[in-house]
Amino acid sequence: MKIAVCAKEVPDTTAEKRIDPDTGRLDRESGDKMLNEFDKYAVEQAIRLKEAGAAEEVVLVSMGPAKATDSLRQGLAMGADGLLLVSDDGLAGSDYLGTARALAKALEDVGAELVLFGAESTDGRGGVMAAAVGELMQRVWVTSANTLAVEGGNATVDRQTDEGVDTVTFALPAVVSVTKAINEPRYPSLKGIMGAKKKPQEVKGAGDLGIEGAGEAGAGTKVLGIETPPPRETGVKVKDEGDGAQQILDFLIEKKIL
Amino acid sequence: MPGILVVAEHRNGKYRRVSLEVLSKARELAGPLGGSLSAVVTGSGVADAAAELGAYGAETVYVADDAALGNGLAAPHVDVIAPLIEQQSPSAVLIGATAMGKDLAAALAVRLGVGLNADATDLSADGGALMASKPIFGGQNIVQCGWSGDLALALVRPNSFPAEQSGGSASVETLPVSISERAGAVAVTASKPTDEGVISLEEASIIVSGGRGLGAPEHFAVVEALAAELGAAVGASRAAVDAGWYPHPHQVGQTGKTVSPNLYIACGISGAIQHKVGMQTSDVIIAVNKDEEAPIFGFSDFGVVGDLFEVVPQLQQLVAERKAG
Ligand SMILES: Cc1cc2nc3c(=O)[nH]c(=O)nc-3n(C[C@H](O)[C@H](O)[C@H](O)COP(=O)(O)OP(=O)(O)OC[C@H]3O[C@@H](n4cnc5c(N)ncnc54)[C@H](O)[C@@H]3O)c2cc1C
Ligand SMILES: Nc1ncnc2c1ncn2[C@@H]1O[C@H](COP(=O)(O)O)[C@@H](O)[C@H]1O
Repeated sequence: MKIAVCAKEVPDTTAEKRIDPDTGRLDRESGDKMLNEFDKYAVEQAIRLKEAGAAEEVVLVSMGPAKATDSLRQGLAMGADGLLLVSDDGLAGSDYLGTARALAKALEDVGAELVLFGAESTDGRGGVMAAAVGELMQRVWVTSANTLAVEGGNATVDRQTDEGVDTVTFALPAVVSVTKAINEPRYPSLKGIMGAKKKPQEVKGAGDLGIEGAGEAGAGTKVLGIETPPPRETGVKVKDEGDGAQQILDFLIEKKIL
Repeated sequence: MPGILVVAEHRNGKYRRVSLEVLSKARELAGPLGGSLSAVVTGSGVADAAAELGAYGAETVYVADDAALGNGLAAPHVDVIAPLIEQQSPSAVLIGATAMGKDLAAALAVRLGVGLNADATDLSADGGALMASKPIFGGQNIVQCGWSGDLALALVRPNSFPAEQSGGSASVETLPVSISERAGAVAVTASKPTDEGVISLEEASIIVSGGRGLGAPEHFAVVEALAAELGAAVGASRAAVDAGWYPHPHQVGQTGKTVSPNLYIACGISGAIQHKVGMQTSDVIIAVNKDEEAPIFGFSDFGVVGDLFEVVPQLQQLVAERKAG
């Protein structure tokens, strides 16, 4: 069995993120980049399934600028076997709809029985891609997996809902997104880092994969404007002299919260 | 029929508050956007609750009540709601950004081929078209978003609007339920509900959060006690979650949840950028930290430099006394 993991390059979480005022898009060229933190859990789970003998191959699938391979290589260093990056100038400006369409086509090309997603991207923050791609691929999709076991073509997942945790079972092929509770992602070993460069790293364009309805032209949403609100101001700071709690209470009463 | 359709979520015997918030806001938008306001509720055991949405402004409530819609999975609901949207062709479909709501919106967007704006914190009618405002990078920027097609699909963050009754009444229409084999192919074999009384982080109007300053998992009791007194949800920093002191669904921040409560009380949290981006859109922020240089004070409305083990229990006591009158 083959597992595909959708993983994304995002701006470094500590970096100043920049919006290009002309296009209203995130400036993806400048500044430090990293592998989306949430996606490491999906990569780790795929590698664990492979180590447990439930899968033979783990492929990373991503859409992004050509240089995104730099960040994605971290997933290879952790133990994924190869990557497919969808990169094309015509895909710039894709919204969720376009990204889902592009990833679905790329995933059809890869042909993995199990597709894993991170819970969210730290820049997009939609947490919508697994359901969107699963639906487009007309597959069973299950989100927010706290656990994921695979045996004999069937998967069992404990999924986090707003109300609690449900255990669900379903037959593969399927698309699953995982939460942070699922595992503790490993740090790549030196050997892993050295070996990563030599692993297969394919880059394909929109035409190669027959992607349609993505990029700026296919976007269902548009940016009308961007505001930069003034940063939060520093408020009152007092030293506790035994009446700190009382002062908080007074403040809450003044603010009509209590 | 142009108009707004609100997808209302009903679980465990009541509506999610965010659904009522969205409906209340939609009432205000329906006029300027031109058209009527309707709602759809799908689930198991929801039929009797359908008419309640009239009080929040829905003129028509579409209801689908079926055991197959009660397993917490979104896919079966998509099979019921997508045909309704196609048939009614509203100009806007609004959904509360709960876990279920996100799954629903994602699947509806691709099935209908329409743009989705997620995480809206404000909605307005701009010359007859819907516009959504969404904060990015934890509120560093606010982006105004529109749609390129005829249908505006948006996920709305909880706590963005007040839920207010208007005292109307709705006509109720029953929807056919036909669920695809694929959507029915996932079986729920066990269900473990969260403890009664635990308030969800995203929907809470008050959050009391604990960080590494608590020093040990059992010390979360201090935070929980204040939260209980305030009717608040409990949050945690990543440091506290990674140390195994508190479960991950409670994490606030870049790799946790983004929250905008009316009041956020940070106890023993330094205020790292990754924490800040998850909570800085809160209306009022209060911090208790023994380090007067802690970054959290830089964006708190009221900060107390002191030992949380003194201040927090005292605050709990004071709140209790005030409540007792
Ligand atoms: C990719 C990435 C993603 C991240 N995502 C998140 C995220 O989603 N959420 C998040 O929170 N963090 C996140 N972080 C981690 C973040 O950088 C900080 O490490 C973390 O927020 C620190 O948590 P803390 O404030 O509880 O701990 P610390 O920074 O250790 O702060 C503890 C504070 O407690 C105070 N204190 C100690 N004892 C007491 C006492 N008795 N009374 C009062 N005050 C006391 C100390 O003065 C100190 O300021 C992320 C980091 C990375 C790299
Ligand atoms: N451009 C992309 N390339 C590959 N995977 C992506 C991309 N965008 C999102 N994803 C995946 O979808 C998940 C959720 O992203 P989002 O819906 O943007 O929050 C991420 O954790 C990734 O697994």
